[in-house]
Amino acid sequence: MAPLTRTAALGARRHTRAATVCLVALGVLLLVTAVGLTIGEYPIPLGQLPELLAGGGARIDRHILFDLRLPRAITGCLAGACLAMAGALTQTISRNPLATPDILGVTGGASAAAVAVIVFGGGVYSLSSGTITLGVPVAALAGGLLAALAVYGFAWRHGVDGFRLVLVGIGCAAVLAALTNWLLILASINSAAQATVWLVGSISAVSWNQAVPLIVLTALLVPAALTLLRTLAVTQLGDDAAAGLGVRIQTARLTTIAVAVGLTAAAVAAAGPVGFVALVTPQIMLRLTGGSRPPLVASALGGALLVQAADLLGRTAFGWEVPVGLITAAIGAPYLIWLLLRRR
Amino acid sequence: MNAIVSAPPARRTPRRAPVLLMSLLVALVVSVALSLVLGSNNLGLGTAVRVLLHDEGSEAATIVRDLRLPRTTLGVLVGLALGAAGVLMQGHTRNPLADPGLLGINAGAALAVALAAQLFGIGDPRGQVVFGFAGALIATAAVFAIGSTGRQLNAVPMALAGAAVMALLSTFTSLVVLSDNPTLDVYRRWVVGSVSGRDASISATVLPFVVAGLVLAMINTRALNAVSLGEDTARGLGQSVAVSRLVGLTAVTLLAGAATAAAGPITALGLIVPHVVRAVTGPDHRWLVPCSALAGAVLLLLADVVGRLVAGPAEIPAGITLAVLGGGAFVVIARRTRMAKL
Repeated sequence: MAPLTRTAALGARRHTRAATVCLVALGVLLLVTAVGLTIGEYPIPLGQLPELLAGGGARIDRHILFDLRLPRAITGCLAGACLAMAGALTQTISRNPLATPDILGVTGGASAAAVAVIVFGGGVYSLSSGTITLGVPVAALAGGLLAALAVYGFAWRHGVDGFRLVLVGIGCAAVLAALTNWLLILASINSAAQATVWLVGSISAVSWNQAVPLIVLTALLVPAALTLLRTLAVTQLGDDAAAGLGVRIQTARLTTIAVAVGLTAAAVAAAGPVGFVALVTPQIMLRLTGGSRPPLVASALGGALLVQAADLLGRTAFGWEVPVGLITAAIGAPYLIWLLLRRR
Repeated sequence: MNAIVSAPPARRTPRRAPVLLMSLLVALVVSVALSLVLGSNNLGLGTAVRVLLHDEGSEAATIVRDLRLPRTTLGVLVGLALGAAGVLMQGHTRNPLADPGLLGINAGAALAVALAAQLFGIGDPRGQVVFGFAGALIATAAVFAIGSTGRQLNAVPMALAGAAVMALLSTFTSLVVLSDNPTLDVYRRWVVGSVSGRDASISATVLPFVVAGLVLAMINTRALNAVSLGEDTARGLGQSVAVSRLVGLTAVTLLAGAATAAAGPITALGLIVPHVVRAVTGPDHRWLVPCSALAGAVLLLLADVVGRLVAGPAEIPAGITLAVLGGGAFVVIARRTRMAKL
């Protein structure tokens, strides 16, 4: 009896800790977002924000807020949340802390397709604005989903085993990365520079055209991810034990992969393959919440916070607008390093 | 291929590994010959051998001695190095996603090459090899320092530290590269990985490091076998996990650092070759390391030859051909056979 109560007490303490981490992350996220909405070349006083959001205030303020800053803020939050959640799902399903949605082929396929559009279009300057706002995101979405389908199809053999999926993912990612690099060499130097910015991940030019599809996809996929929570906990016990507990392991794996692919594709189409969020956020949140596998909700909040803070920093701290994907790595990597060092 | 690979596991190591090793040696000789003979200017094998032995001053002699021989030598060195480094890296981290660049090697070399291009205008392989190697060593030292938790070198923190340092350095590289188009131009050609356009001095520069790395790698194989049974078991067998890890990761640093400095990051090779070889030899590192090294050299040479032939007068860099052909073949093999787990 004694050990049982102790385990229960430990479990309860861990839940409290996880809840605290989530609440703090949510609070900071709201704060950073609010500050981000007010700061810029045209500052908006923080106190005016509620009135403007409710539809009041000056027309120019409303235009700045609703047409320029809000879509960007929403895209940043949702892209970060989607990528981090997808990372948590892939790390859990492959039981590998280095696994990212890259091994599912999504980012590789999306990158190759988007870079092809930019390069064969002759660079962003000679593309029509319609091609930029529609062509690149649509190509990224289609390329990402096609590549993921190919990876899953190749990995399927009497079911999909996590290890074989990782191996097939490595192979496909290598091919797609080589194609992307080849396109970058063929391109004119200006197209190559434009494509490189896209490959780093940037939300500086997003409008509602990118934000709305992302909102819709997130609204569908995040609840789907949350329904997987219990199943994922059981699959951690191993395939046989999970099957013994009545989990249909193939269905669970397919659903998890499909949700992770969808989340990644949605984020990448809107913001590009923002670096490092999917890899680092689940590992950071795992260490902060102290659980046994990457937490889904905490990762989503952490990812949103990371991208949002990175965007705020990227557009205020330097002379030019540094792409958000560079800052996410510059914030996330030292933090992960610090967490690793502290464990000594 | 399939018939051999699906043989019963019990018979794997004893018979198949030596056969594979011998076949790979033969394959290496054949690919060296192909690499000397084939290209935009195809020569006969007799001509190639003749001009190798006597410098006639003919066009064929210039092509073979000045262009193809240095390129082939470098291909062999880089292939051997990356194949062996891949096995050690995956063995020590026990992670199938680990590649020889995971210690920060590629990212450190890339940043150094980008900085050399921007600050000093260095864009030729001879300057890049020195900067690349220095960058790789500095980055690896940082990963060691961060990832070695407590007294023993632990695999998971080491891999995560590598990933974190890699991300941080690539950020700086992207910043440098995006700020200046000429730098981006040098960088995008370096980053795909290629063995062309390198003269004999490049091979001479990296040769001592590759040899030292290969020797350390072979010394490390027995300990690595013990470590892969689990750290506790290894300790029970009297192995010092920390020492064996230090030896192994030093070997990876020397091998992958030298290879990347000389030819750019050819990550696909070190990532893919060990998985394929492991499917044939089984998990014994005493066979895995030499077989993967040889397979790496053969694959790199063949990829380079294919890249010379398919695109006509232009060339596709070996790094790209290798990733496309190797990655594709790897997917097929991973699908058809039961790959050995780490």
